[in-house]
Amino acid sequence: MPFARNQWYVAAYSNEVGRELLARTILGEPLVLYRATAGTAVALADRCVHRRFPLSQSRLDGDTIVCGYHGFTYDETGSCVFVPGQQRIPRTARVAGYPVVEQDTLVWVWIGDAEPDPGTIPRAPWLDDPGYTVVRGMAPLNARYGLLVDNLMDLSHETYLHGGYIGTPEVANTPITTTVDEEKGVVHVSRHMDDAECPPFYARSTGIQGRITRWQDIEYHPPCLYLLHSRIAPQGVYPPAEGPDSAAFHAEIVYAITPSTEHTTYDFWAVARDFAVDDESVSEYLYQSNHTVVMQDVTALNTLEQVIAAEPERYQELSINIDTGGLAARRLIERMIGAPTVGASR
Amino acid sequence: MTVPDGLPTGDRLYRIHWLPGTDTLRGTCHCGAERTADDPVELWQWLLDHPRDHLAQRAVPATRRTPADAARRTSVPA
Repeated sequence: MPFARNQWYVAAYSNEVGRELLARTILGEPLVLYRATAGTAVALADRCVHRRFPLSQSRLDGDTIVCGYHGFTYDETGSCVFVPGQQRIPRTARVAGYPVVEQDTLVWVWIGDAEPDPGTIPRAPWLDDPGYTVVRGMAPLNARYGLLVDNLMDLSHETYLHGGYIGTPEVANTPITTTVDEEKGVVHVSRHMDDAECPPFYARSTGIQGRITRWQDIEYHPPCLYLLHSRIAPQGVYPPAEGPDSAAFHAEIVYAITPSTEHTTYDFWAVARDFAVDDESVSEYLYQSNHTVVMQDVTALNTLEQVIAAEPERYQELSINIDTGGLAARRLIERMIGAPTVGASR
Repeated sequence: MTVPDGLPTGDRLYRIHWLPGTDTLRGTCHCGAERTADDPVELWQWLLDHPRDHLAQRAVPATRRTPADAARRTSVPA
């Protein structure tokens, strides 16, 4: 499926970018990332201009990358500062540099030719908030990014694909409200379960025994950032009219959906919680559980990718009520693909 | 807390409620027009085709709308 260019995408977590060269392919463009000695993250095209050798398989020398094949050397901007055996550096000896913004422990890169506006990058502040504890990971997906968008926008699949972890019957059975904010370019999907079974994911991490009031409020900022505000409370406990919602447990589930190639995707996932923040056993449990859930999705979406690749063109899929949010997300992505500067309208 | 207490607000919202206890969806445009359907594809199509009407309504200041204008806002053909 086509890509939405001229947008910001998450290339890595901050702690992945260091003094080791990191290769990531985003929207089909190979990038090499590293951290300069001053601490700034750098993203350059991962192909030496000379004979295309991947710079990610080369070495750092201070803030420059020395190509592992013939020694062409590039600075942080992508300009070549040394070529072997001669004084003159050809005018065209440079690799593309990508705009980078590091925010909320995420390394965002701008993919496109238009002028980037860092102010349009959506926020995930819980990932860098001392009041929250975060577990996170990244799963490479052998499936197109649209399948992950579909998956995350329709959480009714939790009941069937993730039963025993985060799914209970009430998720699929509770009606949703979908809102598209045209000005901000955001899709909201709200599912409020007043009286629900508590899945193991939350029973074991919060200690709640018995039934719960469970709210799922999705904010999707296409194309890349997906937020799920998860509120868990003993059944019948609602937020007070004023003041903090301290009787409830809050988990901020963050996904960054970064297309790698037409048929592969980086699935960045994180769970930030405001409860049991110092309890490492809860962190370990949530990490293992969410990793399992993500891998259940990965297995299913990898299978779907193969199914789609083998099917005849113009297969007519069916959409029902549970797909209302996913359909809205698809439309905003399609609009971005058709309008190169749509990000500026946020 | 960061958890929203209610639904998002704004000037240009399209909203689809799945009416509890039914299979029915109710779409609401930011101009106030509503329509029910049992097919989300059809309902999104109606909502998104709707802006032609928005433009016409914006040309009429709210204080000068006639009862007929108001009726038209809430009775878009299904």
